[in-house]
Amino acid sequence: MDLWFSEYHTNGVKMSIRVEKQLFSEESDFQRIDVFGSEEFGRFVTLDGSVIFSEKDEFIYDEMIVHVPMAVHPAVRKVLVIGGGDGGVARELSYYEEIEQIDVVEPDALFVRVCQEFFPDNARGLDDPRVKVYYRDGLRFLRRKQDEYDLIINDSTDPLGHTAGLFTKEFYGSCYRALHDDGIMVYQHGSPFFDEDEDACRAMHRKAYRSFPISRVYQAHIPTCPSGYWLFGFASKKYHPLHDLDAERWKRRGLKTWYYTTNLHTGAFMLPKYVEDLLEEEEHRT
Amino acid sequence: MRNCVNWRRPVDKDSVFLDKMAGMWYNISILCECGRSCGNLAEWKNTMNIELQRSAPLYEALEHFRRQRVVPFDVPGHKRGRGNPELVRLLGEQCVSLDVNSMKPLDNLCHPVSVIAEAEELAADAFGAAHAYFMVGGTTSSVQSMVLTACKAGDKIIMPRNVHRSALNALVLCGAEPVYVDPDVDAHIGIALGMALSDVEKAIMAHPDAKAVFVNNPTYYGICSDLRSIVKIAHAHGMLVLVDEAHGTHLSFHEDLPASAMQAGADMAAISMHKSGGSLTQSSLLLLNSTVNTRYVEQIINLTQTTSASYLLLSSLDISRRNLALRGHESFAKVTAMAEYAREEINSIGGYYAYGKDLVNGQSIFDYDVTKLSVYTRDIGLTGIEVYDLLRDEYDIQIEFGDIGNILAYISIGDRIQDIERLVGALEDIKRLYSRETSRLHNAEYITPIVAATPQKAFYAEKELVPLAQTPGRICGEFVMCYPPGIPILAPGEMVTEEIVDYILYAKEKGCSMQGFEDMTLERLNVLK
Repeated sequence: MDLWFSEYHTNGVKMSIRVEKQLFSEESDFQRIDVFGSEEFGRFVTLDGSVIFSEKDEFIYDEMIVHVPMAVHPAVRKVLVIGGGDGGVARELSYYEEIEQIDVVEPDALFVRVCQEFFPDNARGLDDPRVKVYYRDGLRFLRRKQDEYDLIINDSTDPLGHTAGLFTKEFYGSCYRALHDDGIMVYQHGSPFFDEDEDACRAMHRKAYRSFPISRVYQAHIPTCPSGYWLFGFASKKYHPLHDLDAERWKRRGLKTWYYTTNLHTGAFMLPKYVEDLLEEEEHRT
Repeated sequence: MRNCVNWRRPVDKDSVFLDKMAGMWYNISILCECGRSCGNLAEWKNTMNIELQRSAPLYEALEHFRRQRVVPFDVPGHKRGRGNPELVRLLGEQCVSLDVNSMKPLDNLCHPVSVIAEAEELAADAFGAAHAYFMVGGTTSSVQSMVLTACKAGDKIIMPRNVHRSALNALVLCGAEPVYVDPDVDAHIGIALGMALSDVEKAIMAHPDAKAVFVNNPTYYGICSDLRSIVKIAHAHGMLVLVDEAHGTHLSFHEDLPASAMQAGADMAAISMHKSGGSLTQSSLLLLNSTVNTRYVEQIINLTQTTSASYLLLSSLDISRRNLALRGHESFAKVTAMAEYAREEINSIGGYYAYGKDLVNGQSIFDYDVTKLSVYTRDIGLTGIEVYDLLRDEYDIQIEFGDIGNILAYISIGDRIQDIERLVGALEDIKRLYSRETSRLHNAEYITPIVAATPQKAFYAEKELVPLAQTPGRICGEFVMCYPPGIPILAPGEMVTEEIVDYILYAKEKGCSMQGFEDMTLERLNVLK
């Protein structure tokens, strides 16, 4: 049998994964959810036809979006994860003992159930007693929050899909308000490699740069993302991602990782010239 | 499944969503009346023939025609797009292949006898009208056809001054004389409202020779007049009732919404299908009651209508009518729920006033169209235009319009609750970042006009351009309006006053898009010599 899953990354580029079998397919109130089994990537889940994560590469994403801010902020007690219904981010957070509360806001309850069934290793993150899951719209959840969190992780997937509201100026503004005076927000920043994604990537930086005093961008290599190259945003009220990195403190924790190291942390903020240029252009735009 | 005698169909996704919204946030009144709190949606009672409404004759004829692969030796010259590949790339092959000329199997809009006639009949049935015309010149063409049908040169027509420019343009065309009824102005939010019945009655008594009463229903902001009573009194005096229902396509499809023109017994109504009806921009419907002579209306329409009507527009009317007939009830219940939810959330931010049925006063606000989302913004120190610009420039949200004191966000069957969350979130952020003291803001939107000549006479009179500051006391020779909403501040024939000049300068300063006048900078105004 020659069964393939394909996703268009642009009109002229598609990524295909050979599928052993389709494990699940259903339409929720928000999106179509599919789970496939494959030899190369293990199980992977797609939302409206886009790969969200695979067993093979989810560690890169989850580690990079959690450990980078955690190695910078000296005292994280309360964390908000927007999206993140799969539990991978909560799992990484649960390794930090000083964290007292992890609020996960995921609008789609079916997505959570699917991950619990097919990705138990991720979903166990939601079983930690410090984790509370809210089935709500992220913007709505944030609306009345003020000075509450040390860290907000925007784990939403798609700046164009039903989570588009989480890549907007009003979202960054709401996050700013919801954070303590030394709070940090990290978010997915897309990839600027393909022309049609470049504008969205620029706009995200422009909005975050204007909303937070410190706004830097870092990178990772994620094979199932368009162009295999992915950016994250680090927006912060006080701490600088490099100047305030306390590598020794983080190493003393003795956390086991597969991707993140404190060396890589520093390196991840060293961006290719074309990315640096376009980010700077947005910073100087009036 | 919940136990309910009215229960007929399985719960589909939309109504589950609606149920959820109803349960969580908003107590909607469209639930089943079985008396058992079953939570089901009420069954829509409509006199239209649902079985017939399932067909779309014009759309089906086009599909049939496409499959026949007829070789075109007629216009349009792009020949199914082959002669214009760039256009095909932009619009798609399907789209350009349907851009065809009138021909026997596809009927002719100028004198419909087959599929267009059938499609129009179905539209009439869906809207409870005796006859419907498909219009391709925007609702402007529908409004003008109504006025031109009712009035000849020198005839009087009673209308509120806050009509759309298309109605006043029609007066320029036919030479009728407007008798203005002052719409009430809400002192707080500063918008022109509907016509109070007593004011209409007064105008009818003072001008018993008037030919028609023209009503905006609902207004852009969602304000409705007492249409049923206006019709009764106008008919008692032998006058026609013409309704500009551009913002009320949906009224015919849900029992909880204000009465539609046809339900109220009006003689003609102009319906912007492309607004809440979902058809393509520029397509519109003209509805007739049995009181109007269809042959005469057809002649009037053909005075100004194109002889090459676009089948893209026509077929979009046919498909949208079918969609409204089959799914309109459910859709507008959902739109209502979303608008009410947004209102509640916006009002809880503080500083904004998203008004709804609470405005109703039984007279100039007889009813309110709850699908509209209008928000008064001045209590946060920003004009509606400023909020409108901020939403677009800073938040990538395009709303329908902003005027001096209000914004209007258009909510339709295409919206999703997550987009509503964005709008609410953005308004809250705007308050946080941009709000300021509320001083130095201009008051009321409506200025009572002094009509010194008929619009036609003033339009064609000898005129001269005079600096704006020197125009008070002169008679205006052109239109001046903010767009949108496209309601003229000055119409040809009206006396210019200090108050109006002040208002124009203020609106200009606040960034309103000013239109209609000859001098593009609006430094000077055309006035009668």
